[in-house]
Amino acid sequence: MTVLTLISRRLLAALPTLAGVLVITFVITRTLPGDPAAFFAGPAASQEAVGQIREKLGLNRSLPVQFGVYLRDLARGDLGPALTTGQPVRVELAQRLPASLELTACGLGFALLVGVPLGIAAATRPGSWLDHGGRLVSTLGVSLPSFFLGLLLIYVFYYRLGWAPAPLGRLDAFVLPPEPVTHFLLVDALLRGEFATFRAAAAQLALPALTVGLFALAPLTRMTRAAMIEALASDYVRAARAAGLSRARILLVYALHNALLPVVTTLGMVFSYLLGINVLVEKVFAWPGLGSFSFEALLAGDYHSVQGFILTMGGLFVLLNLAVDLLYGLIDPRVARSPG
Amino acid sequence: MLRLSVASWVLFGLAPVVVTAADTRAETLVVVTAAGPNSMDIHGVGANRPAYGASWNLYDRLVSFGSKVLPDGSRSYDHTQVVPELAESWEISPDRLSLTFHLRRDAVFHDGSPVTAEDLKWSFDRAVSVGGFPTFMFKAGSLESPEQFAAVDRHTFRVTLPRPDRLALPVLASPVAIAINSRLARSRATAQDPWAMEWLKANDAGSGAYKLVAWQPGTQTAFERFEAWKSGPRPALRRVLVREVPSAGAQLALLRRGDADVIFNLPAKDARDLAAEGRFTLASNLVENAMWYVGLKADAPPFDQVKVRQAVALAIPYEAIMSSVAYGRGRALFGGTEPPTAATWPSPTPWRTDLTRARTLLAEAGYPEGFASRLALDQSLADPSEPIALLVQEALAKIGIRVVIEKIPGANWRAALLRKDLPMLVNNMGGWLNYPEYFFFWAYHGQNAVFNTMSYHNARLDALVEAARRETDDEAYQREVAGFITIAYEEVPRVPLYQPVLDVALRKPVTGYQYWFHRQLDFRQLAKP
Repeated sequence: MTVLTLISRRLLAALPTLAGVLVITFVITRTLPGDPAAFFAGPAASQEAVGQIREKLGLNRSLPVQFGVYLRDLARGDLGPALTTGQPVRVELAQRLPASLELTACGLGFALLVGVPLGIAAATRPGSWLDHGGRLVSTLGVSLPSFFLGLLLIYVFYYRLGWAPAPLGRLDAFVLPPEPVTHFLLVDALLRGEFATFRAAAAQLALPALTVGLFALAPLTRMTRAAMIEALASDYVRAARAAGLSRARILLVYALHNALLPVVTTLGMVFSYLLGINVLVEKVFAWPGLGSFSFEALLAGDYHSVQGFILTMGGLFVLLNLAVDLLYGLIDPRVARSPG
Repeated sequence: MLRLSVASWVLFGLAPVVVTAADTRAETLVVVTAAGPNSMDIHGVGANRPAYGASWNLYDRLVSFGSKVLPDGSRSYDHTQVVPELAESWEISPDRLSLTFHLRRDAVFHDGSPVTAEDLKWSFDRAVSVGGFPTFMFKAGSLESPEQFAAVDRHTFRVTLPRPDRLALPVLASPVAIAINSRLARSRATAQDPWAMEWLKANDAGSGAYKLVAWQPGTQTAFERFEAWKSGPRPALRRVLVREVPSAGAQLALLRRGDADVIFNLPAKDARDLAAEGRFTLASNLVENAMWYVGLKADAPPFDQVKVRQAVALAIPYEAIMSSVAYGRGRALFGGTEPPTAATWPSPTPWRTDLTRARTLLAEAGYPEGFASRLALDQSLADPSEPIALLVQEALAKIGIRVVIEKIPGANWRAALLRKDLPMLVNNMGGWLNYPEYFFFWAYHGQNAVFNTMSYHNARLDALVEAARRETDDEAYQREVAGFITIAYEEVPRVPLYQPVLDVALRKPVTGYQYWFHRQLDFRQLAKP
């Protein structure tokens, strides 16, 4: 089976999942207690005023009719208006998803770059100061609440030392954003060759990404360490040692390659988990991402925004799982060859 | 530097002259606030409070309020003094049924077209037609239908009233009574959307002192001074950037580092800390016509008995709430010794904590062993309503009233209030127009508006409130106001706790901050040398 057919088969198989997500979010948002009409009618609303708003929002119609309207709009690419911010949901998602993804990806990149070497080092010298040090850092990262960690970093690096720029979102208000191509500021700035903008965006990103990354560090380090210890104790590593292969070759080619499968699985899980953690980090750093948007929308009972958010997340998870599976195939050819 | 200057040019729509980022920053006032506007149209469905603030700066009204210096040296608007804005002058007919406004001839909208009476006619028609908040607010001044508004000629505008109403003129100075560029708005209207609700949500069609330069919902809003503005003294600030920073900790760090000039509306605890620090100007104004209170559902047992409500009023730990919830910031609305008057409204109640008397009253009412009840609070206002609820719960347990605290998410709070089935709740309420009869009409009157969260009804109080609204004789008015406050405080369907404070922190060079009843920032009075 080629990779292309695998991808298309997996995407087709994801359609029922997405349809299920669609129906369930619709039903859940409608059955949650609370009345968006009462919320958006404003502080002074009478029952009639709420009724007027309900009619305007189409909430007075029966659920199947509302669902039909929702599907019809969805087919046209219209996700409805986001009442909390006053913009179309589609526009909000298009602007905020890249912000959240950029933050999460950079945080995860940091966690990978630090966590995997740390895990390997800890596995080769269990009980050493490196092992204990790694455990301390990752335990702190996961046990400090992320908003607290964020505030701590702001206090030290922005307020005390003045090394970091003001925690005011993705780009300083006085810096011109690059012409959007991918909507990832770092990528766009590089594509346009605007290195000063790249530096400004990277500086804004550093502290929030560090906050996210420190949180992801613990599972990645622990998983790498455990998988490496198992691999290093295996027969094939013993055989490789007996064959007199170099230490680096044994570690990186034989042991690490085999230890990667559980690490990639963890990576996929951590990524999805981070998108949830982002809600708090985005609040602390005034990051215009999906997390803070969906949180506000949920508090306000803003149906369209919540539905759009969950649908986006559903799609993202399908893609994420697909990417993880493809990576499996690359790491372990047996996975790619097995049916299904 | 050149690239940065291009940024400032794009951001602020300046002529492309070479200015450095430092210059741009120096002449921009940076305001940080927890949440930003969700609309530029105050008439729109679900427009939030920050949207009122944006609209206030972008649009003009016929009239506005003057300003005064309070005893503590801070500045406030003055509700007793109505001053010209778009209207140069106005007359009120002897029967008080018609108000005629003469518009200034040099006023223009941001696109350069003149402001005419036709624009006001269209804007006011819109306010009373679109329903929801603007329609409600206009009704508070007996402004109910489009027939009441007439453009007499290009610069004369007339409002007629079905009955004399002392609130009509103040309503026209309130944030909803904006003048919209009707030609521009109508060009964006569609058959389904005759009032251009969709377009005005994100666009500026005003004649206000500031125009909208850029709006990124959830991130920031940039304003620039409108150089052709004639409806008042020329504002000092050239540009204002309002940034949304949800975290109070991050807001403080920005202010202390000098990256923000103003924190608008900060939590009581941070305000206390900043005040002690002394490095910043802290403008703290009592929110007029507002109170935090415990409401008791007066039309069902057990709180239908006055003695039970009085027992609650005697059990509440007022001093503890003042010191550990309000951090001493705010005005106590309990333990008053003077009779209430219109001038001291919101007046303190005579109640103080007295558990012995509370137990006696409860026993007399037939509940010697107490009873169980629920106390609801709005989770989106958990600070301060949650600590208040905890203190009240603890105190009521001492007289045998066992209370379960019910936290209601912000999205559901309004719906819960409208259902009127909460036996006890912690809530705050503030009225824009600073008149006691206005507060009582919405919060105590038997019409049972949503703000009468206690479903309280007393025919004697209703009659006094209605009389005060129409009253022309000042002495009788004072008597009526004292009368309805006395009844409300004697029967305590709501137990007032304290009058909250609006705290604004400013960096020392920023001056001119003025409190407004709408509790939003007016850029016009501010200056940053």
